[in-house]
Amino acid sequence: MADDARKDGMDGDRSAEDAALSARLQRLGERLGRQGQDRKAEPAAGSQSDPSAIARGFRLSTELVAGVLVGAFIGWALDRWLGSAPWGMFFFLMLGFAAGVVNVMRAAGISKGPGR
Amino acid sequence: MADPISQFEIKNLVKIAEIGGSEIHFTNSALFMAITVVGIWALLVGGTSARALIPGRLQSIAELSYEFVANTIQSTAGKEGMRFFPLVFTLFMFILVANMIGLVPGTFTVTSHIVVTASLALLVFFTVIFYGLYKHGLGFFRLFVPHGIPIYILPLIVFIEVLSFLSRPISHSVRLFANMLAGHITLKVFAGFVTLLGGLGIAGVIGAALPLILVVALTALELLVAFLQAYVFAILTCIYLNDAIHPGH
Repeated sequence: MADDARKDGMDGDRSAEDAALSARLQRLGERLGRQGQDRKAEPAAGSQSDPSAIARGFRLSTELVAGVLVGAFIGWALDRWLGSAPWGMFFFLMLGFAAGVVNVMRAAGISKGPGR
Repeated sequence: MADPISQFEIKNLVKIAEIGGSEIHFTNSALFMAITVVGIWALLVGGTSARALIPGRLQSIAELSYEFVANTIQSTAGKEGMRFFPLVFTLFMFILVANMIGLVPGTFTVTSHIVVTASLALLVFFTVIFYGLYKHGLGFFRLFVPHGIPIYILPLIVFIEVLSFLSRPISHSVRLFANMLAGHITLKVFAGFVTLLGGLGIAGVIGAALPLILVVALTALELLVAFLQAYVFAILTCIYLNDAIHPGH
């Protein structure tokens, strides 16, 4: 009788432990699964994951200049078309500079891509 | 001493046709583009013809280049980006092989002309626009409207985003062209120092050792740049295509 009782007690302990363990395992599995998904989703998100730092460095070199050039060209063309000199150039050069800075921030991975 | 710019000169080789008063020639640039394409073709077809389970050298190169580009696309544009694999792989291989061929002394570097790199960059630019409009319709323009921006500065932000978008083909093409141009000019200038100093007698020959070492080191650097520029061009293509595939999130 005493034996049975002890056995019952042990069985009860073991099943409780098993239940706790399996619950913990399940929680761990869920957490791992969530992290795995995060990790899988992260590269798809965009420009954050350049594997090569040198490649990123090369990107920085022209981004700012390109933005300023486009702004200057649009301003110049608008001024020619509308005869609004110097306001088109003034306005779009500023915007172009801002666009260049945005480009550089994106290339450096500080800011995320457009629309994000 | 040959001047460092003459290596970029376009020479007419064979006259092909005359259209509207302008002559169409087969130039040295076209010749080296053809050599590049034939080289890639030979590498890939020759490399994959054996189809060995344990790849030989050529097959290894072909497989490595496939996997490299495939990984680049999947890590930047996701699984859906793989439908642009042919485009990105073609661009990457063309630029890489053209850069590498250009490093051989006496050859012509196709990618050192902005007309070539700008054509490639504009191809990507218009692919992004057309595919984005085809896939998402007018929803593609959400690309220019970031989330969570207060309404009173939204017009300004949209202007900046549009300018940023328009500046892409410029930075895309100028980066490759300028790196190749500058690298080749630097190599030529330092190589010119070697011959100039070498003509000055014993002291000159000793002095010429320094630019010679520099030329060797610069050639190694240019090898790295040749690969990296092809890689940067490919990865930027992927990032831009990613915007066309998923605008606005």
